[in-house]
Amino acid sequence: MKLLVCVKQVPDTTEIRIDPETNTLIRAGVPSIVNPFDTYALEVAARIKDECGGSITVISMGPQQAKNALTECLGVGADKAYLVSDRVFGGSDTLATSYILSGAIRAVEAKEGPFDVIFCGKQAIDGDTAQVGPEIAEHLDLPQVTYAVEVTAKEGSIVAKRENDDGYALIEMQTPCLVTVTKPAFDPRVPTIKSKLAAKKAEIAIITSEDMELDISRCGLKGSPTKVKKTFTPQVKKGGLRIVAEDGAAAGVKLAGLLVDAKVI
Amino acid sequence: MNKDLWVYVEDAQDRPKNVGLELLSGPGRRLAEIQGGQLCAVVISDTTSETVKAAVSYGADKVYVVEGPEYKDYTTDAYTHAFCELVKKYQPTSILIGATVDGRDLGPRLACRLKTGLTADCTKLDIDEASGNVAWTRPAFGGNIMATILCPDHRPQIGTVRPGVFKLKAEPDFVRQAEIIWEDIHVVPEQIRTKILQTIREAADEMVDLEGAEIIVAGGRGLGKAENFFYVRELAEALGATVGSSRAAVDAGWISHVHQVGQTGKTVGPKLYIACGISGAVQHLVGIGGADKIVAINKDPEAPIFNIADYSIVGDLFQVLPAMTAEIKRLKNQK
Repeated sequence: MKLLVCVKQVPDTTEIRIDPETNTLIRAGVPSIVNPFDTYALEVAARIKDECGGSITVISMGPQQAKNALTECLGVGADKAYLVSDRVFGGSDTLATSYILSGAIRAVEAKEGPFDVIFCGKQAIDGDTAQVGPEIAEHLDLPQVTYAVEVTAKEGSIVAKRENDDGYALIEMQTPCLVTVTKPAFDPRVPTIKSKLAAKKAEIAIITSEDMELDISRCGLKGSPTKVKKTFTPQVKKGGLRIVAEDGAAAGVKLAGLLVDAKVI
Repeated sequence: MNKDLWVYVEDAQDRPKNVGLELLSGPGRRLAEIQGGQLCAVVISDTTSETVKAAVSYGADKVYVVEGPEYKDYTTDAYTHAFCELVKKYQPTSILIGATVDGRDLGPRLACRLKTGLTADCTKLDIDEASGNVAWTRPAFGGNIMATILCPDHRPQIGTVRPGVFKLKAEPDFVRQAEIIWEDIHVVPEQIRTKILQTIREAADEMVDLEGAEIIVAGGRGLGKAENFFYVRELAEALGATVGSSRAAVDAGWISHVHQVGQTGKTVGPKLYIACGISGAVQHLVGIGGADKIVAINKDPEAPIFNIADYSIVGDLFQVLPAMTAEIKRLKNQK
């Protein structure tokens, strides 16, 4: 099977702190990582490749620095990598990003043949929108399953286990199709020294606006229907009453009484 | 293009999901009035009577209904098609969709087909005074920052809104009347390119309605092992509460993901949220911003959860919880 995984380089949002003086994000020193949900998507794809054979291509849109993310993917199962990068793409919202990526995917397919399954992480941990995957599927007119935790493939179709509000659903669809992946029960594989070295040597092809058929008016900040009006740090609620007692049990009894008195329960 | 605001009232087995009603009764009504249009509900399912009734009783002026056997279960293809046809015909100016698992699947598909902007997972909705656009406010960077987004030049402007953020404001008014518009939109089976082979309900013996829960008792990493959820369940049972959990407890395999609260789980707005052994990473706090009162029990005095808790106990869970459970049972019996 020919598999494609879309990845994004993101700041590690668990490392982000707020500057108490200026009330802004402290970005300095925050490491850039491959979006964790994309690493799950790559692992799900790698398991299909282990099982059925085939190849995995990874694609990312971002500045030159995002090559590092692609190199990392090449060390853990990806065979080929493309970076979609152009100044006119800067400031794209999800609709513009998915438009550009779908154009890039068509350009790669023109060279390498069509992909059977396109994988994306459920969402990126910086934007948290969960929109780019389904929007790529729409641009390419593909069926989709979102929130998948497991995917098995056979010739011409796949079955995805989808997380939903009550549990799971097993959903079958024909290829070509698109799947977004949330946290599975297994961890992504780690690179070996050999695979890491090979990944460092591998070439990453760059795709610019000139390499694909695009309407530039639908790209970048100008081509984005949504505009950020302002950003601010959330107001932090002040802490309340600290219950002190001789031991945990006494504190528990006291808390029960307070909640009843306050008519909370 | 008219001035109407639409709310998608998601239906599951002829029952409305709470978030649709929350959006109708709260921000939907408020925004529709400022926009100067009608408040309309959209219902798509195989049987719709109860959900349509609920939409009217929570304030819809008009309900657009698409009914058919092909809409029994949510599928991306059928629902996107039906919703898109409705929008093209009636051209609302704004659409609110609950950010459920299916709502987040449908929203981007719909927005992309209509070539318009979508703002995901909003927690605050206003009208931008200068431009008259909807001002969509949402958390980003894992809840570290809030962003206000506008969609100035494209219509409809669409947003998904997290469940539990807006409380059900009005009492349902079952005497209310509204115009019901039946739309005959159908898809043939070949157009639905996904096939549901099997559904697996987790935690089938207990109700896990976190989004509609009045009280939630949630456990985290501090519980130490799966068996210790016993203490959380005991307290929840005494309170008539729903059991929740942090992501750490789900990742450790102690409890099913259907219990998870936070950025990648459910957003909740109970009257009381009791966090047991949950340190309070910002990703978790994003999910409990709508709670009226928060209780935190943790042995680490530095745990960030204490910064937002209304009642805090620094102490040993395994002492606090059994004593608290026993005392609540005793006080309840006195009543």
